[in-house]
Amino acid sequence: MAQVKMPKLGESVTEGTMGRWLKQVGDAVGKYEALAEVVTDKVNAEIPSDYVGILAEILVGEGETVAVGVPIAIIREAGEEPGTAETPGTLGEAAGTRDAAHVTSPQGAPGAPSAVGAAGQAGAPGRPGVANGVVSETERNPNGGRFSPAVLRLAQERGLNLAHIKGTGLGGRITRKDVLASGLVQQGTASDDRGGASAYAVEAELVTGRHAPVESNPSSSMAAGAGTSPAERSGRSVAGADVTDAEGTRIPLTAVRKTIARRMLESKQTAPHAWMMVEVDATSLVRLRERQKAAFKAKEGIDLTFLPFFIKATVEALKEFPIVNSQWAGDHILQRREVNISIAVATPDALAVPVIHHADTKSIYGLASAIADLAQRARAGRLTLDDVQGGTFTVNNTGAFGSILSQPIINAPQAAILSVEAIVRRPMVQADDSIAIRSMVNVCMSLDHRILDGWVAGQFMKAIKRIVEGYNEQTPLY
Amino acid sequence: MTEETSVRHHELGLSDEEVLDMYRTMLLARALDERMWLLNRAGKLPFIVSCKGQEGAQAGIAFALDNTRDFIAPYYRDLAVVLRFGQTARDVMLSGYARREDPNSGGRQMPGHFGSREHRILSGSSPVATQIPHAVGLALAAKIRGERLVAYTSFGEGSSNQGDFHEACNFAGVHKLPVIFFCENNYYAISVPLARQVACERLADRASGYGFPGITVDGNDVLAIYKAGRDAIERALDGGGPTLIEALTYRINPHSSDDDDRAYRSREEVDLAKQKDALVVFAEYLRQVGVLTASSEAQLIQEVTTEVDDATAYAEAALSPDPADAMKFVYAP
Amino acid sequence: MAIKLYIDAIRDALQYEMRRDESIFVLGEDVGVRGGVFRVTQGLIEEFGEARVIDAPLAESAIVGVAIGAAAYGMRPVAEIQFADFILPAVNQIISEAAKMRYRSNNDWSCPLVIRAPFGGGVHGALYHSQSLEALFYHVPGLKVVIPSTAADAKGLLIAAMRDPDPVLFFEHKGLYRLVKDDVPDGEHVVPIGKAALRREGTDITVITYGLMAHYVLEAVKDLEQEGISAHVLDLRSILPLDRDAIVAAARQTGKVLIVHEDNKTGGVGAEVSAIIAEEALFDLDAPIARLCGPDIPAMPFNAPQEKFYMLSPAKIAEAMRQLAAF
Repeated sequence: MAQVKMPKLGESVTEGTMGRWLKQVGDAVGKYEALAEVVTDKVNAEIPSDYVGILAEILVGEGETVAVGVPIAIIREAGEEPGTAETPGTLGEAAGTRDAAHVTSPQGAPGAPSAVGAAGQAGAPGRPGVANGVVSETERNPNGGRFSPAVLRLAQERGLNLAHIKGTGLGGRITRKDVLASGLVQQGTASDDRGGASAYAVEAELVTGRHAPVESNPSSSMAAGAGTSPAERSGRSVAGADVTDAEGTRIPLTAVRKTIARRMLESKQTAPHAWMMVEVDATSLVRLRERQKAAFKAKEGIDLTFLPFFIKATVEALKEFPIVNSQWAGDHILQRREVNISIAVATPDALAVPVIHHADTKSIYGLASAIADLAQRARAGRLTLDDVQGGTFTVNNTGAFGSILSQPIINAPQAAILSVEAIVRRPMVQADDSIAIRSMVNVCMSLDHRILDGWVAGQFMKAIKRIVEGYNEQTPLY
Repeated sequence: MTEETSVRHHELGLSDEEVLDMYRTMLLARALDERMWLLNRAGKLPFIVSCKGQEGAQAGIAFALDNTRDFIAPYYRDLAVVLRFGQTARDVMLSGYARREDPNSGGRQMPGHFGSREHRILSGSSPVATQIPHAVGLALAAKIRGERLVAYTSFGEGSSNQGDFHEACNFAGVHKLPVIFFCENNYYAISVPLARQVACERLADRASGYGFPGITVDGNDVLAIYKAGRDAIERALDGGGPTLIEALTYRINPHSSDDDDRAYRSREEVDLAKQKDALVVFAEYLRQVGVLTASSEAQLIQEVTTEVDDATAYAEAALSPDPADAMKFVYAP
Repeated sequence: MAIKLYIDAIRDALQYEMRRDESIFVLGEDVGVRGGVFRVTQGLIEEFGEARVIDAPLAESAIVGVAIGAAAYGMRPVAEIQFADFILPAVNQIISEAAKMRYRSNNDWSCPLVIRAPFGGGVHGALYHSQSLEALFYHVPGLKVVIPSTAADAKGLLIAAMRDPDPVLFFEHKGLYRLVKDDVPDGEHVVPIGKAALRREGTDITVITYGLMAHYVLEAVKDLEQEGISAHVLDLRSILPLDRDAIVAAARQTGKVLIVHEDNKTGGVGAEVSAIIAEEALFDLDAPIARLCGPDIPAMPFNAPQEKFYMLSPAKIAEAMRQLAAF
């Protein structure tokens, strides 16, 4: 049995409507005799029969609309018995012609899998279905020390070692996705794309005029000591040697430097920085610490520094003014529920800004403990991703360098950053106009003026001042 | 002058002032032309085209048109036409020197590439005959809008072989558009003479293939051109459709400053043409009818010379375009 | 909003704008009484009259040249070239005249002209009714070239073209006329020229395409999603100007770019898109930029097997996408 299908009667025709049937079931049909009328958008036509025989069945009635290619009638061809199975339509209409799409490299790919198309295509006109440019050389020579620009850039930015990343691309190639999925921490690198030690490190340099030294330390991931493979070295962030010429010394940029530069620039360009300072009388605090520090050290094995006291004051002030514990989120301000304090830690790589999570749940001891732990692990290069993520407010201990005033750069996307300067003994005029020697400390704050205004910043600082000035011998450490 | 002799230009409805104006325009065109050649040979103007020998035909048709109502899409020799339509001697010189003040193109185009919306001159280009369909389109637009005007377009006999000429004529004929197709047959398309250029006897005959009249006129007879022009314009305004006017003129100068015509024609032929030059012939007529006297002629020449001198000095001192401005006006600002 | 065929959306745009702006008129071969050989302009002459829907003589250079003259005068003509393959006699008018009118007159004259032309193959159109010619024109400063792939974009871009002060070539894929239907806003609907459309967000590969191929790509994308491959699909819509920012952003999204177009590969739009990406996003590339295009033969033949050989298909596109994703 032969099928008659709705023909394509024009270049853009996709369907047709049956008109009048010119033959009825049982009629004899000669070759090219008109079977029926068909109406389309463009033309009306009569369908001729391709077959000689008897019209056995009409499948589509007058007035019905069907798509091009749909069977409309069955003709029992001369010589057939009634009830013979249907034969498929004419050649070329049979479905299932597989489109083989070939991919070749410009040079051809001898020995490539057969799915990759014919080799030796160089110079031939582009074949259809051939996406040139997907190089199959990587099949012969996985990676071969070759990384795509995206892979190299990402690895450099994040200080990643490509030798430790598994490649899932063609022939074992490390892909961009592989790098992105590998996480930020490798052998203890504490480079957090979001947090970054940037604020601290740059400040440190500004204040001290020193670069933080980079040591060749086996425990530090940033070291590219002897014995590392070329691949490893290429994934490392060392940018090469200094070059000295007539104008001066050109220092290549390390990945760390680039990251700092980028983060600093982003922060300054995005957040309008405002700045405020208060003088705090820390005389009481100094006395408290003097009395407690020896016993504390003996009991806990860690130092009792001033920092936990300032962090505690900060945390309590944040509870009073939660808007300071927030971040700019484009079309709204996100006031964070958790209070996670980012602190800057001086390490050989000067990159660590670990976070004391839930600082509001910790006592002075708890904070001191957290600080000590984070600092020690930072120096050992063993901070985890969790350690460097999630900060909601940053406290800098610039006083450690002797600074009495600084203008820190906000640790984006946080709303503000606090720097605690050096405690300096100064003659201060008292309430009764006498002069006394007091231990004074400046506390400075840079704030994102999109989120915070002078009033709330001032109140916040006042609160810190109040709390710090309120520390005394009765203040519990636990 | 005797009382019985009717004055030809009066019969055509032209006053003495008007014909004097026509002559003045022709003189100015010629003076500018000669000055520009001089400056080119002196190395000051890099490239110029000439209208020398065709001023009469151009003045005749230009004065038949209405320069406050009609639009023109001229070709690169139509100096007298654009002068009639409002361009000044300074404009022409600024164009020659390619100064930023050049009203046609701000110094972007060569001289002879006229264009000025203010003066109803459609901007033209170098590929020949492309302006012919533009004139037809302009006439079509006016017809759709119900506005009464005539679109004029001119071209040489060589350009009348371009497909655009034939397509445009056919379109205008089918739609009966108010177009004046003005063919300035100056016998040479650069070096190729008429016999090698055109298969028919008269260019005007081509019009019949497109359903409208064609007329061949002595291009050196200013008033004959004027009359043919007036007739065609009236026909067009009355809804009668286009006319093809073939003006038989002669190109006295080479095609352009880059052409050397000694390679393809004789000096005798050129000298003969100079004798029939419309400027000479029309001046003679004006003297005969008393419109031009010896003193008024001298004064006219003096005025024109002064005008050309002023224009030259002005353009010479004017500023060239700013290089960075080359990036402007690719699209609407 | 209503679901409309691509061809009806084009007619809608013409009708809407012709009602709104009296300076718009249509001219071309068979556009009036016949309503266009594809019936795009059907009904317009009945509504707007033969003064504004003109059956022009068979002369493409005149159709465009006359339109240019009318545009210079202040009308906004929409000239139709019956098949893009026949635009070539008008190229002198398009490139020497329309594209340069504003520039050469130092902004004194301009040419607000639209030229519509059906293009593209896969419809047994053979060598001279199937060509893609956008690559000839996108090289010409002063012109704009748009190629919509959806009915909504067809309407929006054509209206934008009719309102544009500069000449716009509007290439409509003849295979899409009755193949594609989608939601088309009623009334006022403008799609700005020069803005690509992100059809799908994805993370594994980026596909940049236009025209009929935009549909084939989306079909391939569906199959690939079953296989776990996520594609980021950008429909260019505007070929001149290209949306550089969108192209670069799309390339950066995944670092793996496949450009798909029906036109033959060499010197096609894909070449310029590749160059833009290489210039501006080199350090975001994770694979060589791939192009899947028609073969470099003069046009697609009439016979079915060879037309199929020429034309891309969802299967061919899917295979190229797979290869790129695996790279």
